[in-house]
Amino acid sequence: MNISIEEVVKVARLARLDLSGQEAEEITEQLDRILGYVAKLNEIDTKDVAPTTHALSVHNAFREDVVQPSLSQQEALANGPWQNGEAFVVPKII
Amino acid sequence: MNYNALTIHELKDLLARGELTPLQITEDVFSRIDAVEEKIGAYITISREQALRQAEEAGRQLDSGKAGVLCGIPLAIKDVICTKGVRTTAGSKILEPFIPPYDAAVIEKLREAGAIIIGKASMDEFAMGSANENCAYGIPKNPWNLDYICGGSSGGSAAAVVADECIASLGSDTGGSIRQPASHCGIVGLKPTYGRVSRFGLLAYASSLDQIGPLAKDVRDCAVMLNVISGYDRRDSTSVKQVVPDYCAALTDGLQGMTLGIAKEYFAEGLDPEVEAAVKYGVEKLKEAGATIREVSLPHTEYGVAAYYIIAPAEASSNLARYDGVKYGMRDMDAGSLIDMYKQTRSQGFGAEVKRRIIMGTYVLSSGYYDAYYKKASQVRTLIVEDYKKAFAQCDALLSPVTPTPAWKIGEKSHDPLSVYLSDVLTIPANLAGIPGLSVPCGISKAGLPIGLQIQAAHFEEEKLLRVGFNLEQRLEMAGCKPAL
Repeated sequence: MNISIEEVVKVARLARLDLSGQEAEEITEQLDRILGYVAKLNEIDTKDVAPTTHALSVHNAFREDVVQPSLSQQEALANGPWQNGEAFVVPKII
Repeated sequence: MNYNALTIHELKDLLARGELTPLQITEDVFSRIDAVEEKIGAYITISREQALRQAEEAGRQLDSGKAGVLCGIPLAIKDVICTKGVRTTAGSKILEPFIPPYDAAVIEKLREAGAIIIGKASMDEFAMGSANENCAYGIPKNPWNLDYICGGSSGGSAAAVVADECIASLGSDTGGSIRQPASHCGIVGLKPTYGRVSRFGLLAYASSLDQIGPLAKDVRDCAVMLNVISGYDRRDSTSVKQVVPDYCAALTDGLQGMTLGIAKEYFAEGLDPEVEAAVKYGVEKLKEAGATIREVSLPHTEYGVAAYYIIAPAEASSNLARYDGVKYGMRDMDAGSLIDMYKQTRSQGFGAEVKRRIIMGTYVLSSGYYDAYYKKASQVRTLIVEDYKKAFAQCDALLSPVTPTPAWKIGEKSHDPLSVYLSDVLTIPANLAGIPGLSVPCGISKAGLPIGLQIQAAHFEEEKLLRVGFNLEQRLEMAGCKPAL
């Protein structure tokens, strides 16, 4: 086994996903096969190979710290499933 | 006359001669939608009223002599690209109520050019899929055979073009999501160089791989669309400050002096014989057009899928953390605590493939596994980049199939995600290296399903791709080859 159901459930919890028992079993079985497949990469020696995270060389894109036009508060809040006109409302945290 | 079946350049000629108005074209496209959309299901949202208003405005622009390049041309937009005031779902239930408060950069450019936005095209949820079977709003059907997939993830964008439910469309391509449905639907699809087109307003899947591009009825239309959407945008820090040439200018040049590479790794085991024959026929035609054909090698091609299915889910797991039920989209209002609200919202809102990739991505980035998976995949990515550099030192562009097989039947592979992943083997490497790739129709299988030929070139060499594609199109005379609907 490349991955256990306990690991899948734990990772799902970290990613804020609840899985039903059946979902967890299915995903475990599928991820096991996928991880088995990607282990193919170990056929290649990459000891001295630098990793690529972006295909083109990218640099930090700085700009002057000047206020640009942006969404109004009302527009920014408009898609919130629960908002009070000033802020997004969420369940009590403390 | 069916205006909906015409290309952008044909319609522009008619508009310029005053033989047609934007409103007539748009109404004609809607009459086509009324006739075939029920069978195809290419759209998630159709914005008829807005489109008709835009058509009237386009008519006024034409009359005043201020018409843009796409004035009066009806387009479909993949539902992962933000359109101000028009619902944008990314094919996901979690974004069912989302109405973007702004336009993506490409939409601003299209509007400025006078284009008319007909609606939002079906797609795999968050662009994760190769068959458009992972959509919360139904599976679009391949117009060539309604039992078959139209490819993904930009399936609706491809189906709408070939079914004449729009004139051209925009898709996004993270591992083949423009080229692959273009190939399965028998149209032209281009994934531009990473950084050529602004991603501002594109809902992110895998940010180091995602790129927006056009799907069109022919190569010239693809070039026209690319002219409009390309260019630097300060709001996308990975967009590149590089001059945008006129992509239509060099189309008609012949291929004398051009060397086209064939890599044996692209014709490996598992390639459908009909696909191989159609692509080789296309290669012969390009040779007749004056190109020199040269054998090259890209030895790490077979590792692309494995590297991609680590890197893309890793980036996705981070990108999709934003869907938490707070700022936009749906929320489970019954949840008691904040954590339960996150979990229940996400568990109800995301479909199976998205959950699978979020879990996969979270796993490969987790402590103890990072080096074995993510770092390893990023190193293999370097080897794939180097393969291309060596190949492009020997040739101007690479020719290959787009997909190892023609489209498959809806449902045939849905129980087996890995087998679907493997269908991306020929398109993924371009995303890993950030190079452009073009899919051009090159044949029809005995079963009546289209086959595409992929052309790849080095960074920012879209002109070469389009020139090769145009020559191929001219010699194959497949234009006008349409499904009976």
